[in-house]
Amino acid sequence: MSTAAPIAQPYSTVRTIWLVAQREIMVRLRSVAFLVSTGILLLLLLGSVVISAVTALGAEAPKVAVVAGVQLPAAADLTVTEVADRAAAEDLVRAGDVDAAVIPDDGPLGYAVIGDDSAPTGVLQALSVSPPVELLDTSGTGGFLGYLVAIGFGLVFFISAMTFGQTIAQSVVEEKATRVVEILLSAIPTRALLAGKILGTTILAFGQIALLLSIAIIGLTTTGQAALLTGLGAPFVWFAVFFVLGFVLLASLFAATGAMVSRLEDIGSTTTPVTMLVMIPYFVVVFFNDNDLVVTIMSYVPFSAPVGMPLRLFLGTAEWWEPIVSLGILAVSCAGVIALGARIYENSLLRTGQRVKLAEALRG
Amino acid sequence: MLQIRGVGKSYGARRVLDDVSFDVLPGRMTGFVGGNGAGKTTTMRIILGVLEADEGSVTLDDAPLGPTGRRRFGYMPEERGLYPKMKLAEQLVYLARLHGLTADDARRSTDDLLGRLGLAERAGDAVEKLSLGNQQRAQIAAALVHKPEVLILDEPFSGLDPMAVEVVLEVLLERARAGAPVLFSSHQLDIVERLCDDLVIISEGTIRAAGPREELRDEHSSLRYQLQTSADAGWLRQEAGIDVIETDGGFALFDAETPEAASRVLRAAVERGEVTDFSRQHPTLSQIFKEVVR
Repeated sequence: MSTAAPIAQPYSTVRTIWLVAQREIMVRLRSVAFLVSTGILLLLLLGSVVISAVTALGAEAPKVAVVAGVQLPAAADLTVTEVADRAAAEDLVRAGDVDAAVIPDDGPLGYAVIGDDSAPTGVLQALSVSPPVELLDTSGTGGFLGYLVAIGFGLVFFISAMTFGQTIAQSVVEEKATRVVEILLSAIPTRALLAGKILGTTILAFGQIALLLSIAIIGLTTTGQAALLTGLGAPFVWFAVFFVLGFVLLASLFAATGAMVSRLEDIGSTTTPVTMLVMIPYFVVVFFNDNDLVVTIMSYVPFSAPVGMPLRLFLGTAEWWEPIVSLGILAVSCAGVIALGARIYENSLLRTGQRVKLAEALRG
Repeated sequence: MLQIRGVGKSYGARRVLDDVSFDVLPGRMTGFVGGNGAGKTTTMRIILGVLEADEGSVTLDDAPLGPTGRRRFGYMPEERGLYPKMKLAEQLVYLARLHGLTADDARRSTDDLLGRLGLAERAGDAVEKLSLGNQQRAQIAAALVHKPEVLILDEPFSGLDPMAVEVVLEVLLERARAGAPVLFSSHQLDIVERLCDDLVIISEGTIRAAGPREELRDEHSSLRYQLQTSADAGWLRQEAGIDVIETDGGFALFDAETPEAASRVLRAAVERGEVTDFSRQHPTLSQIFKEVVR
C-alpha cells in the first residue's frame, strides 16, 4: 500500500463511543428546533421566577383605619391610619382607602373589625393569634409546596425523557432510512454505535436540565426568593443521579424500538409503548402525589423512581437507605434493559422494509 | 491475502450461505459474480463484520479480523447512503476518524480526496444539496477516506454516471496495482470480464467456481477451434478425430477429439494454403457463468 497511508489507531471502544456521542451532540446543538425549544423553556422559567418575585413585592401589609384608643396585638403586620371615631373609619372603608377599620368593642378582644362588602380576610389573618402547633404524624404530603415539587420533578422528567427519547429514536431511524448505517457498522461495532448515541443524548438531556436548574437557582437567589429552595438541595442531587440512570434506560428502549422501523413515518408504531412508560409516572404523580402508598411504590419502580424517590426525600418520608436501594434496583434494571435494547437494535438495524417483529428482533 | 473459509449463514430455516470459501489475493482484482439473492451481499457483509456468520472464518494475512483489523477495509455497500444533512467534509472526517485516523490525518485525507474527486468547492455543502453525480462521488470518497488497504465494493458501478464509473475504475486499478486485495461484485458481466484477474462465482449460497480468470476459461473451454485459410476448408470433413460444425469457404469451426488432432489439422492447413487465423475458442464469462450455475 502507498507509503502515505496514515496508520489507523488500534480500535478503542471508549474513543469510538465518544466520537459517536460527539457527533450526536454537535448535530443537536446545531438544530434550530432544539435551540428554539431550549430557549422557550429558559424564557418560561425566567418568566415564572420574575413573576413570583413581582408578586412577592406587591403583597403589602393590609391597610386599616384604627379608631383612637384601640390596642392592636403587637405582632399584627398592618399599615395603620389613626382616625378619631367610628364614622370617620367607616368613611375610609367605603371610599376604599383602607381594607378594613378596627373599632373599640366590649368583647374579650377589646376591638371589632368593620369590612366593606365581605369579611377582610387579610386583616383578620394579621390580627389572629395562633397557638404553636405540634404534629404527631409528620409523614404528611407537604401541602401545596409538596404538590408543586411533585409536579416539578414529574414534568421535568416527562418533558426531558419525551423530547430526548424521541430524538434518539429519530436519529436511529434516520441512519437506517438513509442507509448510512451499513457504512457505520463496517467501521465500528453495533454496540459502540448504540452506546455512543445513548451517551450523547444523555449528556444533552442532562445538560439541558442542569442549565434550567442553575438558571432557576440563580434567578431565585438574585430576586431574594432563596427561601423557596430550602429543603430542595438533597432532593435535587438525588433527582440528578436518578435522572441519568432513568434516562439511559428509556433512551435504550427508544433506540431499540426506533431500529425496528425503516421510515420516520412509522416510528410511532414501535415507540408508543415506550412513550406510555414515560407518561404513566407523570400522570400518577399528578393525581396521586398525596397518596403515600402510591408514591412509595413509585419510588421503587424503575420507570418512575426518578420522580418518586426525590419527591419522598423532599417530603421527608423516605428513610436514608431507601434511595440507595431504589437506585440499586434502577441500576440493575437499567443494565438488563440495555442488554435487551442492544439485542433488538443489533438484530433490527440491517433489516429494511417491513417493520421488524419484536419476536424476530429478540431472536435474531 | 484475504481468506474466506467455510462460511455459513442461515436466517431461520433458510440457508443463505453454505461452506463459502475463496481467496482475495493482494494486488489482484477479484470479481464476485452471482444472480440476485445468490449471497453476494451477505458474504461481503460477513467479511466486513457487519453481519456475523454462523460458522467459518475470515482472515487477513492469516490473522482473524477484529474491530482493529477491519479498520483497514474500505467498503461501498450496495445500498448507498450518507447523512443527508451533514456537511460533506465534516462527514468524511467523521467516517475517517471512526476508522481510527487521528483528527489531523482525517482532515488531510479528506482534503486530498475531495480535491482528487473534484469536490473541493463542495466541502462545506450538506450532502443532500449535492447533484446526483457529486453524491455518487461523495459515496466513493466515503469508502476511501481512511486510506483502506483492502477494498470490498458491492456493485460499485451500478447507478453511476459514466464519469463516476471512470473514477471508480481508476481508483480500483490504482489500489490493486499498489498491492491491495480488491473484491467487487457486479452483475455487469462484461465489466467484470474486462477488469478482473480472478473470479468467484456464487449461486444459491454456494461457490460454484473460483480462481484466475484465464484458468477458469481454460477449464470451461471445449476443444473447439476456428480456422481461416486462403484455401477451401472442405477437406476438414475427411480428417479423423475432427467434428466439423460449420464451413464457409476458407473458414471452418470444428471440435477436436484431442489437442493433438487439432495440431494435425493446423499442420495440414499450412501445407494447403495461407493460414490467417487458427485459435481455440474461449468461452465468455457469461457462458461460463451459465454453465457453472446450471
